Amino acid sequence: MNSPYSTHRLPAYAGALSALILSAVPLPHWIDLARPDLLLLVVIWFALMSPRSTGLLFAFGWGLLLDAFSGILLGQHALGFVLVSFLVHRFHLRMRMFPLLHQTIVVLLLLWVYQFVLFWIDGVSGHPLNDWMRLLPGIGGALCWPAVSGLFSRFLPRH
Amino acid sequence: MVALRERGARFSPTRVSSLTWRALALVGVCICIMVLDYRGNGGGWLRQSLGRIVAPLHRIVEAPFAFREAISSALTTRDSLRIQVNALQAQVNRDAIDLARLHALELENARLQGLLDATPREAVRTLTARVLQVDLDAVRQRILVDRGSRDGLAGAQPVLDSHGVFGQTTRVNQSTSEIILLSDASHAIPVHIERNGLRTIAVGTGNPYRLALPYLPRNADVQVGDRLTTSGLGGVFPPDLPVATITEVRRDPSQPLVQVRATPFATLDRDREVMIAWFRAPAPAIPPTAPARPAKGKSP
Repeated sequence: MNSPYSTHRLPAYAGALSALILSAVPLPHWIDLARPDLLLLVVIWFALMSPRSTGLLFAFGWGLLLDAFSGILLGQHALGFVLVSFLVHRFHLRMRMFPLLHQTIVVLLLLWVYQFVLFWIDGVSGHPLNDWMRLLPGIGGALCWPAVSGLFSRFLPRH
Repeated sequence: MVALRERGARFSPTRVSSLTWRALALVGVCICIMVLDYRGNGGGWLRQSLGRIVAPLHRIVEAPFAFREAISSALTTRDSLRIQVNALQAQVNRDAIDLARLHALELENARLQGLLDATPREAVRTLTARVLQVDLDAVRQRILVDRGSRDGLAGAQPVLDSHGVFGQTTRVNQSTSEIILLSDASHAIPVHIERNGLRTIAVGTGNPYRLALPYLPRNADVQVGDRLTTSGLGGVFPPDLPVATITEVRRDPSQPLVQVRATPFATLDRDREVMIAWFRAPAPAIPPTAPARPAKGKSP
């Protein structure tokens, strides 16, 4: 609690909890297909902007909760979250310097990496869903990134 | 500084950063959890305890809808209630006549089965469950209902609505359970055509208004308008529950199989309440007098 980074722990948990709840709110089908992975965006933001307050375990824990919450194979979202979080932690110093548009494109690629992990595990566990629709949540998420990023940056000063 | 250290580490395997080690360890943990959960033997306690954490979150998502429903039921006018009561009364009268006929048929059936010495039909017990307004996954046809293991549910039970087969339970938590709909792309149900008893399998397509019957040969006797009912194979669904009606039959001379589409009777995307059913396990195939026979054979 003495480190300045630890001050972001509470907002990180609050943000992730709200994103988890929002992930199950019913939406019209056509929006639902492109429903952004808000929880992953929150995980990415905190890994990017405040890497010391949330680690890989944060991503793992919330991924596992999302698995239980949406009732799919336990560990599937967790694996995607850990991989994406690892990439962001690894490159966060570089990514922070990017202008917003550039950063959004990188986030889009990260979301697609995540979707690919889900797709791959779906295939291995015998529920293949090979549909181009799987690319839509990544695009929806990337469109939300400036808003999510702006919202958190507004309330939480950079460290 | 961190970046410099990590750049140096890239070339020597002994100095891989602790971040990479942690990531690898967590990936390993994830894979172990997935394997345990997939096999279904070790992940039970983890799923149960996580289920206990997320159940209140499902209630939070559901709360605004429950509130809206409470408000709208509190504000229903007397007139609309009277209209509703009249309609329901008429429905009850119609159903009572059907039920009386059904009762007579059941008696006759029991008598005939007694003559044939056939095994009796399974008894049915149902439990009404409310569909929670929770979106689980856009690309999968799954829903959550407000009944769980504390109501006596177990996995793989048939779920019906007032028109026909709805789906089956997959994961049962303490107070909620997940239902996979007929139309989920990974769901298949053994059916037969009511008209001629032809057995096949109806597979979900991901569209709540459409099932596919992909395993019928081109010369199969199948027509538009045929009713599909459960065949009782597979062990989950008892025989003769209505499933779907065939809406499209396409025979392509170059294909060995006929393309058949069917529409489920159940209103998969509109139901607010479903029925979870228990069927008594079928009686053993050998009648209880059977063990006497070998004894008789041994005695001489």
